[in-house]
Amino acid sequence: MNVLLDSLLELIRRTSAEIPDDVHRAILTSLENEKKGTIAESAFKIIERNIGLAKNKSQPICQDTGSILFYVDCPVGFDQIAFTETCREAVTLATRKGYLRQNSVDSITGVNDGTNVGPGSPTVHFHQHRASTLQVRLMLKGGGCENVGAQYSLPAEKLKANRDLDGCRKVILDAVLQAQGKGCGPGVLGICIGGDRAVGYEFSKLQFLRLLDDRNPDERLDALEQDILTTANELGIGPMGFGGKTTLLGVKIGVANRLPASFFVSVSYMCWAFRRQGVELDSALGISRWLY
Amino acid sequence: MKILQAPFTEEMMRSLRVGDEVAINGVVYTGRDAVHKYLHEGGELPPGVNLRDGIIYHCGPVVMKEANGDWKVTAAGPTTSIREEPYQGQIIRDFGVRGVIGKGGMGDRTLAACAAHGCVYLHAIGGAAQVLAECVKRVRNVYLLEKFGSPEAIWELEVENFPAVVTMDSHGGSLHAEVLRHSQAALAERV
Ligand code: SF4
Repeated sequence: MNVLLDSLLELIRRTSAEIPDDVHRAILTSLENEKKGTIAESAFKIIERNIGLAKNKSQPICQDTGSILFYVDCPVGFDQIAFTETCREAVTLATRKGYLRQNSVDSITGVNDGTNVGPGSPTVHFHQHRASTLQVRLMLKGGGCENVGAQYSLPAEKLKANRDLDGCRKVILDAVLQAQGKGCGPGVLGICIGGDRAVGYEFSKLQFLRLLDDRNPDERLDALEQDILTTANELGIGPMGFGGKTTLLGVKIGVANRLPASFFVSVSYMCWAFRRQGVELDSALGISRWLY
Repeated sequence: MKILQAPFTEEMMRSLRVGDEVAINGVVYTGRDAVHKYLHEGGELPPGVNLRDGIIYHCGPVVMKEANGDWKVTAAGPTTSIREEPYQGQIIRDFGVRGVIGKGGMGDRTLAACAAHGCVYLHAIGGAAQVLAECVKRVRNVYLLEKFGSPEAIWELEVENFPAVVTMDSHGGSLHAEVLRHSQAALAERV
């Protein structure tokens, strides 16, 4: 018996079937806030019922079980090659068990071999730390919401967005406007200011690992996060783009240094079916604690 | 909540307006990218599929075969509809489709076809795979399964109380256009 394989399998199962508590709380609050008798309220009620059903039946919350993204914090000297192999095995097994849909396609031939394993799937990001603990986080990121992500290069003349925080605000709100309900809103924005094109998107996704109700330790970014959340929710786009009070459930912003020549703002959109979980593993690689 | 009971007549669909919540009872046929492209290119509907006064559902369901050989839908949320925009209007016209279920809404050509031929766009809740799977009471049949694979095949599904919202009606109304317009104006005041 392979303990690590079992731990990863359980991580995948739970991530796919159960919304993390912080996200669930935000959805419940939004349901309360919507005007009674509106289609926005009905949409939230169905979302809420879906969350309960998926958990009780241990079935995927959404049939698009998404891109499979592992984030691993590991001690120095950890065998990353062996770990990655076990991740791939766990994904294959989870797909066979129906925790994940057969969801990964060869980009040239269009062939879906039904394993979810191939170049770039799953992705495993390692981060070494000095501590002896091993933590594995998993995010399942749907395609519909990934499609409405956007990367802006400042200055963006059409939006009158300059290379400053106000310019960032303008392009981020433009991303919300362009997305409308198409990313299965209400959504959460993960944003990176700066970086090159690749780092920008990568860092924007890392923001989804933060708790939804945490506050940014950087005061300027915290102010921008709160401002965008409030302003976006005044636009009336609402769940599914039906109109309503909740367009976003959260906004998380990080920064990366940039070159003097570039100023990218990268926006990732996460749908309401926000699937992320994490575990801390003990020395025998069993699950000792859930992180969300 | 309005109950839409099959057969879905033109009169029934013309009575619907943007913002109406409906519960659908009867047969719907799934069809997504492969099916739309196939029909657009002149492909024949397999015998047994009748879209006249029928409903197309943009959905790639997860379907399992049970021990007794029956099919069971275990996840059945809508997929993004706009990808079918190049084909939808023609398919509504040629096959007499009365309803299109999907998510995210569609464009002007589909809206025009809805008006011309008495059809509506029904927005299901994106991501609600489990709630919607529960509404599927029976899988009656499947067509083009070998040709297109499971998510892209035409599944004939018997649904009960399938919830959706009319977001494009047969009178030129589109909730998507409306919300876009309002949100654009609201944003302009705030940047
Ligand atoms: S955007 Fe999210 S909720 Fe919508 S279909 Fe994709 S994964 Fe599911």
